[in-house]
Amino acid sequence: MTVNVLAAATVGNPAANIGIFALFVAITLYIVIRASKKNTTAAEFFTAGRAFTGPQNGIAISGDYLSAASFLGIAGAIAVYGYDGFLYSIGFLVAWLVALLLVAELLRNAGKFTMADVLSFRLRQRPVRLAAATTTLAVCLFYLLAQMAGAGGLVALLLNVKSDLGQAFVIAVVGLLMILYVLIGGMKGTTWVQIIKAVLLIGGAALMTVWVLAKFGLNFSEMLGGAQSAVSGSSSKAVAARDVLAPGAQYGTSLTSQINFISLALALVLGTAGLPHVLMRFYTVPTAKEARRSVVWAIWLIGAFYLFTLALGYGAAALVGPDAILAAPGAQNSAAPLLAFKLGGVVLLGVISAVAFATILAVVAGLTITAATSFAHDIYASVIRSGHGKAPVTEAEQVRVSRITVVVIGIIAIGLGILANGQNIAFLVALAFAVAAAANLPTILYSLYWSRFNTRGALWSMYGGLISTIVLIIFSPAVSGAKTAMLPSVDFAWFPLANPGIVSIPLAFILGIVGTLTSPDRGDAELNAEFEVRTLTGVGAEKAVGH
Amino acid sequence: MPETQHPPHETAVSGEKYLAVQASPEFQELRNRLRRFVFPMSALFLVWYFAYVLLGAFAHDFMAIKVWGNINVGLLIGLGQFVSTFAITAIYVRFANRELDPRAEAIRAELEGGAA
Repeated sequence: MTVNVLAAATVGNPAANIGIFALFVAITLYIVIRASKKNTTAAEFFTAGRAFTGPQNGIAISGDYLSAASFLGIAGAIAVYGYDGFLYSIGFLVAWLVALLLVAELLRNAGKFTMADVLSFRLRQRPVRLAAATTTLAVCLFYLLAQMAGAGGLVALLLNVKSDLGQAFVIAVVGLLMILYVLIGGMKGTTWVQIIKAVLLIGGAALMTVWVLAKFGLNFSEMLGGAQSAVSGSSSKAVAARDVLAPGAQYGTSLTSQINFISLALALVLGTAGLPHVLMRFYTVPTAKEARRSVVWAIWLIGAFYLFTLALGYGAAALVGPDAILAAPGAQNSAAPLLAFKLGGVVLLGVISAVAFATILAVVAGLTITAATSFAHDIYASVIRSGHGKAPVTEAEQVRVSRITVVVIGIIAIGLGILANGQNIAFLVALAFAVAAAANLPTILYSLYWSRFNTRGALWSMYGGLISTIVLIIFSPAVSGAKTAMLPSVDFAWFPLANPGIVSIPLAFILGIVGTLTSPDRGDAELNAEFEVRTLTGVGAEKAVGH
Repeated sequence: MPETQHPPHETAVSGEKYLAVQASPEFQELRNRLRRFVFPMSALFLVWYFAYVLLGAFAHDFMAIKVWGNINVGLLIGLGQFVSTFAITAIYVRFANRELDPRAEAIRAELEGGAA
């Protein structure tokens, strides 16, 4: 690591980075407080009164979806490994077609606050709600961990905070800010944070893309050539040998790594439509048609953003060079910030750093409100406090419980984030996607399209998908037995793939079928009819709250 | 039926009524049109995506063939995934606006009108 690179990356800038981030926090807090005047009812707190338009919600969805892992991780992977980083972003984008074609509108029509509303509609309420809430909390927890762990690394890079204590402090600040946003703003405030962040992130990436392409006379091919020659000129032999314009540099050529890559691709494309914080966003619009419009907006924005990261990644390789990127604190995650510094100096680096922080903050807030809603609405109101002789839980009480849950989750996230500081972010995000694809998506699809599907099928599929994914991960080289593992000093791995999706996702689909067919339960014909008519036509769908 | 499930405003529509609507030719038409569009389209984009993933995993040399300047087959197919995603999105929206929305609206109007 040379002193020059370090100096270029951090020294002299932390004040600007913190200043611009503080400005972002001040502006968003003001907007959140203004937007939160009417947060008394459950529909207001959990779904922002269903009053957002499709385009607004589409921007918020992209704000929720484009995490720091997407931005810093993918741009960095392209800068260092080339084409293989691009494969990631394609899975993340194509996945939205599953949400658009198969899930979004029908889900909006039949649900109220959570995914479990839809899954338990025509099945036995308590066990199915409990299962759906469990998988929701699991996905949110893994995703939260990834974001909080990422915050620590980002701090090292952008604010020049290198001590563990200093990083822990910043993780705690991020967690406390997030609690504040969600408590004050509810879903409406959270949505506005996501909208502002998405505009800044996509706008910033667009600006940098044009800027970096201009350095190569707007000739993409020439920039690719520049990236390849910079990589070939690396002082590391392993890096210099890479063909960054073709696949294979990261995932390699052994059969295990190829299957591992296919497994990852499967989880990415099927995970998105099972991510609870994405699904919950469909309830913030008034109708299914607006839910459709939001997905369309999200697809265009997310697609455009991933095209920008392609240019930014190769641009960083060509202009900054892989040696400087790998030597910087944060290694490949620093590619985009280093490119920003190269292009626009202290100011652009400050803006991009602030955007990266805002990204973590917004995603964490979205995950937290989703988890808290699911706990209050599905577990507390429908499982703990429901049953013979118990008074039903009012919606005001659900809001109160979810506010407490927000604080608890926030504190857990801070604690785990400090413990997980330095863990591989991409691995944690891939784990969240694998759980979503295996535990949630099969039940969502069966529920919406297969009238014979019953409670046993749902429980087998959800718990089977959740447990198999987590067990396979625990015994994979991602946790033990490899240099890059979470616990590199021990080895209890027997499953060869770091990505379990290729086993756990088909297993969950099969368990749904087997569970259903081995149970005599054929459901209630009237309830099945009601569910199908409502999902397809929107009869009786939850309306926007009048103002 | 647990109380958390049904908001009060549509208890006016009975289960029998839903069974009748579900069996009606108008509803079956809506259901069939939806399924005949989304299932084949989903199969199509998943096959195209996994063809790309398999090429990315196993056909490194093929993906590295230069087509124009430094632009190779892999980049073109990758960008093709973006193009197909945008195209399928646009085609679906057109289809849903024309074929699904009017049918769903008619059934909804009849049900909610009849129940009020």
